[in-house]
Amino acid sequence: MTPTIFAGPSWNLVADLQTILSYGFMRNGFVAGTVIAVMAGIVGYFVVLRRLAFASEALAHSGFAGATGAVVLGVDVFLGLVAFVCTAGVVMGLLGERLRGRDVAVGATLTFALALGSFFLSVSSKLAGQATNILFGNILAISPVDVWYVAIFALVTLTVLAFTYRPLLFASLDPEIAAARGVPVHLLGVAFMVLLGIAIAASVEVVGVLLIFALLILPAATAQHLTARAGRAIGLSVAVGVLCVWIGLLAGFYAPYPPSFFITTFAFLVYLGARTLTPGVGSTRRHSARANSPCDL
Amino acid sequence: MVNPLSSHNHVDLPTVDGLDEPVSWSTVPSDAITFDDAAVELGGRTIWSHGSFSLPTGEFVGLIGPNGAGKTTLLRVLLGQIRPSHGQVRVLGAPARRGNRAVGYVPQHRTMELDLAVRAFDFVMLGLTGHRWGFGRTSATERRAVAEALAAVDATNLAEEPVGVLSGGEQQRLRIAQALVTQPQLLLLDEPLASLDLRSRHEIVDLVDRIRRERRVTVLFVTHDLNLFLGVLDRVVYLLDCRPVAASLEEVVRPDILSRLYRAQVRIVRTTDGQRFITGV
Repeated sequence: MTPTIFAGPSWNLVADLQTILSYGFMRNGFVAGTVIAVMAGIVGYFVVLRRLAFASEALAHSGFAGATGAVVLGVDVFLGLVAFVCTAGVVMGLLGERLRGRDVAVGATLTFALALGSFFLSVSSKLAGQATNILFGNILAISPVDVWYVAIFALVTLTVLAFTYRPLLFASLDPEIAAARGVPVHLLGVAFMVLLGIAIAASVEVVGVLLIFALLILPAATAQHLTARAGRAIGLSVAVGVLCVWIGLLAGFYAPYPPSFFITTFAFLVYLGARTLTPGVGSTRRHSARANSPCDL
Repeated sequence: MVNPLSSHNHVDLPTVDGLDEPVSWSTVPSDAITFDDAAVELGGRTIWSHGSFSLPTGEFVGLIGPNGAGKTTLLRVLLGQIRPSHGQVRVLGAPARRGNRAVGYVPQHRTMELDLAVRAFDFVMLGLTGHRWGFGRTSATERRAVAEALAAVDATNLAEEPVGVLSGGEQQRLRIAQALVTQPQLLLLDEPLASLDLRSRHEIVDLVDRIRRERRVTVLFVTHDLNLFLGVLDRVVYLLDCRPVAASLEEVVRPDILSRLYRAQVRIVRTTDGQRFITGV
């Protein structure tokens, strides 16, 4: 029996996996998707800690102009995305404190980037088929060369993060004390925006510029709800992200719906479940404080 | 008030071995801080100038002055983050420099948000390892130093709690523990009492004073409310007319000086049990 893409699973795990991995696009999606989920899970931990969720959303949207612009220019879409989002991220990082509370300015810039993307869409006939992939991602359409690009950028990102882990954590929690201890807080902030740009560009390959929260924020936010230990939270964030991507890949292989829909749905459900079904970190203290309340009769 | 410790220049204190820059206690100079005709300019504007004074080792010193007088700037000079545009500022016998582990710093109180998921223990640990690049686990010696710092601020029971769920006073105790974990000889506190309730304020002041006595630490404490400190301060540095001046507590706690300092009518009232109370009219 030769299963087609739309044939259902046989529920024989080994046979199903063999079938799935016999397709080149599935192998590409599996390797790139896993690497991207690991990177997004780790970078996402610091995004949540540094309160950069909205900035990430803005950067991802600005990536629409970068990606469509790359198609118009005939450059690799992923490299175009990396260049554009990292540049935007560095500008954001350099403005730094001055950007705090400037939601309107950030929103205006990202709206302009989306409009620029729609302009590129209209001037290039090459874009017609790609627009949806840029907006919503398509893990099944990752090219072999992009797998290499993603792997190299992820290696660089994770190496830098491993080297800067502690000072970055320190600067994220309390920049004034970190600066007093000699940590180059400003430089680290700008450097992190470059890593964030890379993680966003890579995540766009999987979930597109509009669903960036699913891979970058939701796994990390879920993890930080469940544990206050940095190491465990990062591990949990990676695990949730990888699981989301794998489920998306499998569901997308058998069902005629886009994988990014399944990835986002699963990430959302995990987040929702964690927030509603578990009390979260520090709850024992909140509860015990309530139990000892002087207002109790 | 005479500080019995200020005359002791050579004190034997246990050093924490295993820390990458052990502090040498035998070299403690008699003055923890020395300003020699120091001035600071920021963006071409003079913040203050003609600062010439010394603060003896082991004293509890208050830093007062109206908003915008340059109190935080003065701390940043001591932290080596701003270089004096004129004169010299010496900290613990050497020119002020960045990242000096012998100087502990507690910034203005800012509430850490409720969902901030970082353990108190890890937060304090960053005071010891947060400047260190590269991976690598913390050592048993470092974990012991963190446990000791937590114990010093009576926060041992908070070690496992996420900092976000702690009260303002508890968070401030953790910041003091984080500053203490490198065994500093000078502790700089920038209005750490703001937005704390009265009881927490007294607890923090008493805690800092106890640490000063037990560890022979010099304390420079920025505050707007001298009342909390009338029983503990040895000296006051005040910023008046663009100039930092050091004086004894008795020289400063006078209606005329304080009225000029706060640009408001200030009176000093004595309660029936003899306690002084500074009050604005």
